[in-house]
Amino acid sequence: MRSRTLPYLLIAPASLLLAVLFLWPLVQTAFLAFRAPGPLGVDVWSLAHVRRMVSDFDFHTALFNTLGLVVVVVPLQFILALTMASMLRHIRAGRSLVLWIWSIPLGISDLAAGLVWLAILSERGYLNTVLHAVGIISGPRSWLTYETPGVLFAAIVATELWRATAIVLVILVAGLDMIPREYAEAAEVFGATPWQRFRRITLPLLRPSIQTALILRTVLAFEMFATVIAIGGRNFPVLASKAYNWQYFDQNTGVAAAYALVIMGAAIGATLVYLRLLRSPEQAR
Amino acid sequence: MTARRLFFLAGVVTLCAWVLVPLYLIALAATGGSAVVHAWPKPFLPTGALAATLAPLARFLSIAGVWPALLTSVETALVCVAISLTLGLPAGYALARFRFRGAVLFRVLVLMTRAFPVAILALPLAVTFIHLGLYDTPVGVGLMHTALALPFTILVSASLFQAIPAELEEASWVFGCSRLGAFRRVVMPLALPGIAAAATFAFVISWNEVFAASVLTVRHRTLTAYLLAILPESPLDVQFTGAFLLVVPSVIFIFLVRRRLFSIWGIANR
Repeated sequence: MRSRTLPYLLIAPASLLLAVLFLWPLVQTAFLAFRAPGPLGVDVWSLAHVRRMVSDFDFHTALFNTLGLVVVVVPLQFILALTMASMLRHIRAGRSLVLWIWSIPLGISDLAAGLVWLAILSERGYLNTVLHAVGIISGPRSWLTYETPGVLFAAIVATELWRATAIVLVILVAGLDMIPREYAEAAEVFGATPWQRFRRITLPLLRPSIQTALILRTVLAFEMFATVIAIGGRNFPVLASKAYNWQYFDQNTGVAAAYALVIMGAAIGATLVYLRLLRSPEQAR
Repeated sequence: MTARRLFFLAGVVTLCAWVLVPLYLIALAATGGSAVVHAWPKPFLPTGALAATLAPLARFLSIAGVWPALLTSVETALVCVAISLTLGLPAGYALARFRFRGAVLFRVLVLMTRAFPVAILALPLAVTFIHLGLYDTPVGVGLMHTALALPFTILVSASLFQAIPAELEEASWVFGCSRLGAFRRVVMPLALPGIAAAATFAFVISWNEVFAASVLTVRHRTLTAYLLAILPESPLDVQFTGAFLLVVPSVIFIFLVRRRLFSIWGIANR
């Protein structure tokens, strides 16, 4: 009897806290976003905050920038991480050292990563020193301004690639380690080429890990925040930085909550797409 | 060595450099002071003696607000670690030792919480915390960070307890230990290194978090929130030194927990 109820008692406190910390704010965010002072001074249901958000002069820019970053960064990170994970399987000596080095960025905050790349890309930064040395530019030159949005975008992409590829790598490596080597060996016996083995055996078996990695990475990319602020300041608005600005500088939690709901919507949408596209065979049956 | 192998090794080295070179450069920029930050062209080697490289760090720490922010960051992270472990270890133990209805669902729900944007949690909590008196306190921010860290703590500790043979525990019951006694005397000592790793994870998650910390504090900022707030008006060398101070503990922590990194994602996808 005791060991029947015991597991539930053990998970109860954690479940309770998670429920309170996730469900309650979710409901409350909806209230914040969709309720505004009415004519009688009492809060009523209204789209005032949403309207204010949509009529924000750079709302569309922020939306476009965020989507652009997600669409460019996530696939690049996935390809890079998959390449790195495959390379790890062929390293003979020092595999754990290489794995450690590649997973270092996992511990680095988005703010710090943004500032690291600011040091490289600033006007008198290290990249310009190299470009100067090889004769591409003649002197200090600033890249991260609103006049060169393309370069600014590329700089943020590079920073995100540097910082957040590690999480995808770790998930994929953990997944690869769980695939028994016998499968690939059997395929080799039957004459499958390395590419065929990768395409027909490794990738399908890795599907659950790929799903987890892509969902997690995409959600985090939609709320990209400190990296963008560190590198672009206010020159490159994204959804999360708009939410922050409305909350912090304008002290308007309603509009900030509306932005948060847009991020949430995008994250849920992306998750559903991945779940549908990367269904495991059991689920498809 | 074949040309193919050489090409492969060059790739591995390049990718290592891709990670390490920016870290080296931020260390250079952070320890060089304003002289190096404004130097053109930039030197790629440290200039001056070791004492001179420490001066910019000391100067950064002497800026009003940095020390309190550093302390607040540590306090917040410790609150997060304490709550995460208190609630996460029992849940992880339940997942590892019992087969119960809803275990899979619980695991999936725990993982799904990571698909929640931080903004959704932090903005309404700012309002709630003002009512509860938790706004602008390390306890409030630490509680918010627990929402982010607890799912990881649960999954790490589940994998950790799974690795400890249940037979050891059962043997101690035979010799008259209670369930709690067996846990304390047999499981705990074996699990301690893993628990330390789980604590480290929680610490790093809290230490690195920017958005929630910025929204939930005004005067008692964490280091990340403080740095973000002073970003627009602070000179570059201050920003770089701040970034360096944020990076150093993270790199050390990741080194300490490197073996546990994979256990979370291994079981999470099973």
